[in-house]
Amino acid sequence: MKILKTKFKQYWPLIKSLQTALLLITGLAGYMSTRCPAHNLSTVLALAGSLFLSISGSTVLNMWYDRDIDAKMPRTSKRPLPTGKITSQEALIFGLTISALGVGWALTMNLLYGAVVFAGLFFDVVVYSMWLKRRTAWSIVWGGISGGMPILAGRALGVGQLDWVGLTLSLAVLFWIPTHILTFSMRYHKDYQSAGVPTFPSTYGFQATRVIIAISSVIAAVAMGVAAYGVGLTWGYLRLMAVLSAGLLVLAVGSTVHPSERTNFGLFKYASLYMLSSMLLLFAEGI
Amino acid sequence: MKKISVLDRILLLVTGLLAAYQVAMGCEGLGTLPTASYTIGFGVLLVAGLLLIILGFEALDSSVVVIVSTVIPLTLSLGLVAEHLTNFTTPYLIFVVIGFLAIVITRYAIPGKAATIVLAVVHGVAGMIIFLLPIILSLRGDAPGGFALVGVGGALIGVGGLLLSFLKAGKPILSRDTIMTVLPGLLLLMTAAFVAGFAFC
Repeated sequence: MKILKTKFKQYWPLIKSLQTALLLITGLAGYMSTRCPAHNLSTVLALAGSLFLSISGSTVLNMWYDRDIDAKMPRTSKRPLPTGKITSQEALIFGLTISALGVGWALTMNLLYGAVVFAGLFFDVVVYSMWLKRRTAWSIVWGGISGGMPILAGRALGVGQLDWVGLTLSLAVLFWIPTHILTFSMRYHKDYQSAGVPTFPSTYGFQATRVIIAISSVIAAVAMGVAAYGVGLTWGYLRLMAVLSAGLLVLAVGSTVHPSERTNFGLFKYASLYMLSSMLLLFAEGI
Repeated sequence: MKKISVLDRILLLVTGLLAAYQVAMGCEGLGTLPTASYTIGFGVLLVAGLLLIILGFEALDSSVVVIVSTVIPLTLSLGLVAEHLTNFTTPYLIFVVIGFLAIVITRYAIPGKAATIVLAVVHGVAGMIIFLLPIILSLRGDAPGGFALVGVGGALIGVGGLLLSFLKAGKPILSRDTIMTVLPGLLLLMTAAFVAGFAFC
């Protein structure tokens, strides 16, 4: 029992629990957006289980592949792989196992759903991490596409096809990701530079990055609004979403006009809260 | 400077949730202008609460705070006028727009005594409307008794506005740390009074 507890403590940081939870919530929200009576509890639990395994699996595989970069950056150097708490072979086996379990489970539930879940994992691990992350700052576009897959998968499971609402929700997540990631890469740009990872701040400068964040925030907020309208959100919830979107836009534009570390950090945190709140609104509407 | 505590964050979170509830629920049967006004007022309250949670009390050092804190009384008072004093809607809307622009312009272009006077006049008028109108309507029987709670919220927003405005003007009524200690609780009480009062609108 003690060994299991120790192993759990060692493996848990490999899945980046907060990031995984947020992506899982987007998947659940995508499914709930299809509204009753399309969904039921057993499917919701299976969706949560398969997505949790797939998202966690891709995160572990990313950590396994990026272990050399992580060792060079102070922010990530204490992770289980760079510190040697878990061997690379252990991490690879663990990542492959839970990825296969997650995608396999998803495929047994619904072929289309499983295919979208697999696409998310493929884009994240192979295209983003292995192929592009060390070559170009634009790799985050592919990171964004993979980030938009859980919500698309959830929606596809509910409606049985890829509809415009699902694609727009996915687009909203795709354009929200630069707001999240770029503010983060500005905060830790020296880390990324020392590890040789190209980022927007190091390639195009801080001001250009802030403008990109503002533009992507506008597109994310508009896409979220259009999708929410398509979902059929009640007028009250739409008003609330508009308020939260306005907050995101004001902060994004504010960080461009009056750049500071505090505004940047505020935008980073608010962007996460914004996505969580938007998903909870879709969730609440579905119930 | 006082750091934001866990209790402060909890109080601000509840404030934000109450404001979010009010934005989502609104008041039934209202026209576009009152609905939009209340949405903006409570929306600013919600976003401001979230930013205080994220950034701490240091967020209040920004010069934008005075302008943002003006939006709440202006929009809430405009909503009340548009809902209950329909004949005065257009003139009051003009006052709100001009008052808001005057605050923004004097804050950045002609700071000093002019900015303080403009702020006091605009805040004062909006605050008195939020404080008195619901109470008068309730006493006259034109609105349910519970609607007077909006007036209580108006009194609390007046207290909060005064404390922050004088602090920002460099002539604090209470010490900065005392203001920061009472602010989250004051915001929560104010929002709770508003939400309870608007349940009767």
